[in-house]
Amino acid sequence: MPKSKLFSLSEAISRFVSDGSEVALGCAQESLIPFAAGHELIRQRKRDLTLIGPISDILFDQLIGAGCVRKIRAAWVGNVITGSSYNFRYAVEQGQLEMEDHSNLTISMALRAGAMGVPFMPARTALGSDLFKTNSSLKTLVCPFTGDTLTAIAAINPDVTIVHLQRADEYGNAHMWGNLGITREACLASRHIILTAEEIVDPDVISSDPNRVITPGFRVSAVAHAPWGGHPSPVPGFYNRDHQGFIDYRESSKTAEIFADWQSQWVDAVRSSDDYLKLLGEDRVAALALKHHALSEAADYGY
Amino acid sequence: MAIKKTNYTASQLMVTAAARELADEEVVFVGMRLPILGFLLAKSTHAPNAIGIYELGVVRDTVAPESILTMGDLPNLYRSQWLADTADLMGLLQQGLVDVSFIGGAQVDRFGNLNTTYIGGPEEIATRLPGSGGACDLASLAKRHIIIMAHQKRRFVPKVDYITSAGYGDGAGWRERVGLLRGGPSTVITTLGILRFDPETREMVLASVHPGVTVEQVLENTGWPLKVADEVTQTPAPTEAELEMLDQFDPHRYWTS
Repeated sequence: MPKSKLFSLSEAISRFVSDGSEVALGCAQESLIPFAAGHELIRQRKRDLTLIGPISDILFDQLIGAGCVRKIRAAWVGNVITGSSYNFRYAVEQGQLEMEDHSNLTISMALRAGAMGVPFMPARTALGSDLFKTNSSLKTLVCPFTGDTLTAIAAINPDVTIVHLQRADEYGNAHMWGNLGITREACLASRHIILTAEEIVDPDVISSDPNRVITPGFRVSAVAHAPWGGHPSPVPGFYNRDHQGFIDYRESSKTAEIFADWQSQWVDAVRSSDDYLKLLGEDRVAALALKHHALSEAADYGY
Repeated sequence: MAIKKTNYTASQLMVTAAARELADEEVVFVGMRLPILGFLLAKSTHAPNAIGIYELGVVRDTVAPESILTMGDLPNLYRSQWLADTADLMGLLQQGLVDVSFIGGAQVDRFGNLNTTYIGGPEEIATRLPGSGGACDLASLAKRHIIIMAHQKRRFVPKVDYITSAGYGDGAGWRERVGLLRGGPSTVITTLGILRFDPETREMVLASVHPGVTVEQVLENTGWPLKVADEVTQTPAPTEAELEMLDQFDPHRYWTS
């Protein structure tokens, strides 16, 4: 039997994320954002991280506000339903963050180049834009076959990719469903992968449907059980998006003082998913539950 | 703004105008916020066979079974046509298979270049905005894109401080010169009117004003001497049926108040 990779969330983060690590997270964009794992980075007072992602719906802002971040390599950082996010905005305006400005296509291709083991990928996006001025991973290139002008996007190989998903076994085999964003590329490009899962299940559950596996278990470094670990983002099959969580966060991040209160209440005082659920309260948890289940037909993998 | 008292809001008018820009059977890269409502409205009226692509990895050919606030809401995944990787959808865009996309803007200039990253520019940052997301890709690669934004002098500037999403650069021939194969902005829908682009010079031209808005008001709120079409029309007001549908899609008027 392979070795179990099941750790507590705290142990998974302390073993595989160091100060200065390049960490990809929130790669499914609006869904399945690894908030519980991100909050553990804050509790462990990680410093000088580089955060990599497509768009980040408030999690990057939280890590920036908590002082964990030195550099951002991403396409968009904010709060999807309210607009700008304050910690990010102020940190950039005050020159405290190094920025590498991507688009969703260029960050996908940077990670895909990493995943493919090549130094860059070509694309046709961003030509003529000023992304070239604020992203040294972008250069123009003349296609050796057609003579077309293309954008070359340098490979990114994160130290760690953190993914929140629905179910995993203790060996790192896991199912993820819903919109996937750039999760696949990020995992394949990454030196280490940490999975946080709503459920830890028997390996037979995962191997019954290998097409739903997001990345092969042998590449995964750690699995941690983190029920409600994606809240307030939606987790298909488990809970809906908590819009109020995002709206409230806007107010909770307006100044450094208010943010410090938010961090102490919602991050530092939370030691477990039970603590977090108590903080949310039964009514709110119940309101986010799925009201209409919609199971897929089983697929026959027989021989 | 000086819009007269009506039975609809400026946002509802903008969404309705956005919906009317879409034709049936078009492949639409939907974008965030008001464009989601515009797409749903078009699907429910004159464009029932339009296909919606949402950059986080969703392709839909039907209206979601419940109202959604954002593209990641679970009803938007339910019985979608495809749940996929962002790169796959970007591949459709890059191949030229997307007819139209929507982009929101913070700062726009006379050739339709958009800045959603650095007000003041990257060297002297006055305001840091969220950035491109997929907007740069949509502006680079869709067959055409539609810009939706508030019409204010500080937002309508002669030249943007930073090009996040390319329009027509410095005018005719620029997109070809930088290597973009197609596309460019077709329409700018604002809180005051609708603007299009001169096919020769690629400069923005006022095409219609919303009910209750004058051409002078639009000129006053634009930061360069805006070209005005020979015959400026009035943007049609939303119909009762359209307003009823919008209230179903956005029942708490989160986006359309």
